[in-house]
Amino acid sequence: MADRLTVENSLTQNIKVGWFLAKRELKRANIWTTTLIVLVMTLTFLNLIVVSGILVGLIQGSEDAQKKYAIGDIVISSFLNRSAIEQTPRVVDIVKTIPGYRNHTVRYSGSARVESNYRETIKPGEKRDGAGASLLGIDPIEEERFSGVSKFVIRGSYLDTNDGDSILIGKNLLYEFTPIEAPGFQTLKNVEVGSRVKVTVGDVSKEYFVKGILSSKVDEFDTSVVALESEVRRLTNRTNLDAGTIAIQLDSSITPVEAKEFLLASGVGEYARVQTAEDAFPKFLKDIKATFGILGSAISGIGLVVASITIFIVIFVNAITRRRYIGILKGIGINKRAILFSYMYQATLYASLGIIVGMVLIFGVIKPYFTANPINFPFSDGILVATLSGTLIRAGILLVTTIIAGYIPARIVVKQNTLSAILGR
Amino acid sequence: MIIVKNLTKIFQSGDQEIRALNDLSFSVPEGQFLTITGKSGSGKSTLLYQLGLLDLPTSGEVHIDNKECVGLSENDRTAIRLNDLGYIFQDYAILPSLTALENTVLPLLMQGYTTELAEQKAKRALERIGLADRMHNLPSQLSGGQQQRVSIARAIAHDPKIIFADEPTANLDSETSEQVIRAFIDLNREGQTIVMVTHEAEYAKLAHRTITMADGCIVSDTLN
Repeated sequence: MADRLTVENSLTQNIKVGWFLAKRELKRANIWTTTLIVLVMTLTFLNLIVVSGILVGLIQGSEDAQKKYAIGDIVISSFLNRSAIEQTPRVVDIVKTIPGYRNHTVRYSGSARVESNYRETIKPGEKRDGAGASLLGIDPIEEERFSGVSKFVIRGSYLDTNDGDSILIGKNLLYEFTPIEAPGFQTLKNVEVGSRVKVTVGDVSKEYFVKGILSSKVDEFDTSVVALESEVRRLTNRTNLDAGTIAIQLDSSITPVEAKEFLLASGVGEYARVQTAEDAFPKFLKDIKATFGILGSAISGIGLVVASITIFIVIFVNAITRRRYIGILKGIGINKRAILFSYMYQATLYASLGIIVGMVLIFGVIKPYFTANPINFPFSDGILVATLSGTLIRAGILLVTTIIAGYIPARIVVKQNTLSAILGR
Repeated sequence: MIIVKNLTKIFQSGDQEIRALNDLSFSVPEGQFLTITGKSGSGKSTLLYQLGLLDLPTSGEVHIDNKECVGLSENDRTAIRLNDLGYIFQDYAILPSLTALENTVLPLLMQGYTTELAEQKAKRALERIGLADRMHNLPSQLSGGQQQRVSIARAIAHDPKIIFADEPTANLDSETSEQVIRAFIDLNREGQTIVMVTHEAEYAKLAHRTITMADGCIVSDTLN
């Protein structure tokens, strides 16, 4: 008898019998019930990934746009105590020698005031229709190659190299698109394509035609007056070619960190500040991203609790309604652990199927869909952020939680008196 | 084989104590076919549950194969039920989601047999009680008599030392009942120890020995 006891108590036997029972139980279960449980698990998994993924993706979309259209992979800007990048032409020559260099754009910048009704006589005490703006000087061809900015011109048309008397104006400077009236923040009320505006930098002013209106969800353009680089140099009294920023795009053969190291090693650090896109993102954006990440995790946590309760109820109802079945199993000598394993296998299978379906939906449908059709948030084009490693970690958490949630109710029922269970007392 | 000493089982019903078994002592030698009879509520099923280690007595001892079993842990009693005892219940108690073969295979797998060997032994047991052609049927596809025979096959497949049967013919028609009793007699002729609870006197007489119970006490213990 002692030898047989040893055999019976082995873990392998319990696992084997647990699987034997679970397999047949699932095979002969009602297909609709199984489908419903798997659907709940799938939705829970999607909730775990998609909710936090979209929250983070909202900021990620903004970061991606900044990177793609404004900053590039590397951005060179003037030192904080200087107004421009020294020796800009020389720096540009070095930039072009970066291994993996793809593209760049040189931008001239400054602060300006834009006025629309400057020709009209206004009554004493009235304010002119004007707004503070960033001034951005570009080479239209180089900028188009870099950011494709012309696609953001929602009205009018893009600048060409002869447009010395024209500007593009960002939508955030126009009351029509940004209807805000607050002290210290003014927008232009009567400006549209073809309007004349006066741009003033310090004591230098010039009239321009508004050739187009920009709407890009990138502040670099949306809060700026964009003019030819020669015009900006003139307005800012700049006599040399020293620019405000140089944005650089790289190909996949080099990382931004490696490119930054190359530039610093080439001496660019003596003339300007060199930052990767990651370094250059504003801190508030990183903080919001982290906050949304936490918020997403909290919401996912609630989803996880819901999933646990669902599986708990499913297994508990299953075990309670099969109390006699469990009693018979124990009565004929099936070890408690084997019975528990069978319920844990069932919970594992429900969770695994839910995760597999969820993975297929996320990586096969939802993520590609949101990448192709970003969610149109007011300040960014939101995408779904779902990395494979992050998704696998969450899948693991869901699986473990589900197994525990399946184990507890099964244990409650399995612990009941064998004879009472058989006799239904 | 089975030795019972001063076995007492008391149920508590509110403030009232019900003595279902009252200080019973007897033994069952190896190879004996024992029937336990008595009126409803006499304690015969309660006695079977204590002998079969499905329940714990209030006091007393149950020795199976010279091993005192009342004081054992739940896991050890489960292991003895698996290895040394076979059960046949009044309502068959076969598992509805398993086929006849799977029901019979299950205890063998738990014992550590390989799937192939377990299936061989299970098929042999099913053939022995005349169910070879229905072994892949689910219980819902079998008649009451066939389900009871699956229950017998499951009980004998692992060659237990003792078979316990709790009114195995109660839900069967007379022809099927006779087939079941004949199966028990055949098993006993091959040396199987059987303890069967029945309220049918004609079947009780077919055993070697009959214990008659009333109010938790043995009122007669006769050799047939």
